[in-house]
Amino acid sequence: MAAVIKTEGLTRRYGRQTAVDALSFEVNDGEIFGFLGPNGAGKTTTILMLLGLTEPTTGRAEVLGFDPVREPLQIKRQVGYLPENVGFYDDLTARENLRFVARLNQIPEARLQPLLDHALGTVGLSGESDKLVGKFSHGMRQRLGIAELLLKEPKLVILDEPALGLDPDGMNKMLELIVSLNRERGMTVLMCTHLLNHAERICGRVGIMSKGKLAALGTIAELAGSQPGATGLEQIYLRYSREAKPC
Amino acid sequence: MLTICRKELADHFGSIRFLILFCLIVMVALVTSYMAATNLRETLEGMAKPSQVFLLLFTVPGKFFSLVQFIAFFGPLIGIVTGFDAINRERNHRTLTKLVSQPIFRDAVINGKFLAGVITISIMLLCLVLLISGMGLFTVGVVPGWEEVGRLVVYLLISIAYVSFWLGLSILFSILFRSLATSALAAIALWIFCSFFMGFAADLAADAVARVNDPADPEQVVANRRISDAASLASPVVLYSQSTSSILDPYRRTRSNMVLVEPMERLSMERFQNPLPLDQSILVVGPYLALLAGLTLVCFALSYFIFLRQEIRSV
Repeated sequence: MAAVIKTEGLTRRYGRQTAVDALSFEVNDGEIFGFLGPNGAGKTTTILMLLGLTEPTTGRAEVLGFDPVREPLQIKRQVGYLPENVGFYDDLTARENLRFVARLNQIPEARLQPLLDHALGTVGLSGESDKLVGKFSHGMRQRLGIAELLLKEPKLVILDEPALGLDPDGMNKMLELIVSLNRERGMTVLMCTHLLNHAERICGRVGIMSKGKLAALGTIAELAGSQPGATGLEQIYLRYSREAKPC
Repeated sequence: MLTICRKELADHFGSIRFLILFCLIVMVALVTSYMAATNLRETLEGMAKPSQVFLLLFTVPGKFFSLVQFIAFFGPLIGIVTGFDAINRERNHRTLTKLVSQPIFRDAVINGKFLAGVITISIMLLCLVLLISGMGLFTVGVVPGWEEVGRLVVYLLISIAYVSFWLGLSILFSILFRSLATSALAAIALWIFCSFFMGFAADLAADAVARVNDPADPEQVVANRRISDAASLASPVVLYSQSTSSILDPYRRTRSNMVLVEPMERLSMERFQNPLPLDQSILVVGPYLALLAGLTLVCFALSYFIFLRQEIRSV
């Protein structure tokens, strides 16, 4: 399988502090990859570097064959990014918000209407499309974020804590949506989370970040095999994140 | 960039704060120019109307101040209100991450916002000049000639550049400060300093460099005034006031204080009493206009440089 994300020695320092330290990993085409780690582990910084939103201090990355430092626009055209606590213009309706993003992506007006209807329908917001986003619940906003990704029809989606703060039903719907993006639309998914049960449920492989380093990488079964006595992802995670040695 | 500009324009024209500011400025401007027009009509009653009387509507003080003085003082407020939350509002609402993760260059965000601000300011000032001109036609009863129309157009362009400087400055503060209140306060503080205290600061600088020990010595006085005048040019308020008063008053033929007029300049002023044509007035204030444009560009370039280097996170 071809790698859609590939990093080699990717490092980001802020003054004396190293946020990401010599990160090397690959995400394969068509998989759901769980990027795990506690707050401040360097997950979001890694995503920013992959999207070309911040430059690595050293090392290099390749996303869908493009260099994020030199070709950020090509990457942004083909990668959908849902940040943690996605922001919307509260004084616009859901449809107007999506229309604005579609225009930024230069989606032709002729294609826009059916695309908007389809995206809103997929996330179950057809009935709410003309309501102001300011009145949306957190769960509805997250789903609208997914609808925004669908407009682009990206090859790769990067989700930063997509289910954080949702109620159990909302979490469930969000995970189902992510799986459907992968299985029905063939999108590769990189999901950052520290909700381990979510990763366990939908991710094929996981990478565990700790203190800026990649402490573990592999399928959950592989990681369990390397840690005798560890049965679930939670135990594996705790052991690796305490050790925090680069893999 | 145009998509962002279009959205910003919709935001500006749909916002209550813009409506309130616009109503306030139109109201004060109309009252000021109405008073000036009434004043003019009474003064000129029974007299032959002097040439370019229409421009006096903008320069003659009514009861308190002239329209030019009013725009010099309140114009910055339009720029500040339009731009003080341009970037930090997006940052606080977490929409900045969304914008920069779309396939657009990062500078499109700042260019789109600046362009939308300049368009808003232009529409606002154009409305103001047209309203006052229309009211002047009714009250003074004089149709402006092409020369006067030309001068008004140049005045409008200088005013747009002046207010755009304050827009650029407030956008810069909105990039530097995360809090909306801090960026607004920083811009207002600078506005107050440039409007009220720049004169004192220039005098202090002049006294520090070339103190007048003997007020009877003209050389000392001139040297002191030269430094004070040069230092006060750092204020866009001074640059704007000097430029517009020369553009709207064709009889004004020098940028210098009467004390500082050179001998040849004095000779020329004494021999030629006719009003200056528009192109000559522009030449007179050319250096001021260049300085004003330069300050605006420096502000915008700084915003550009800092914004492009900032890291943008959603949290």
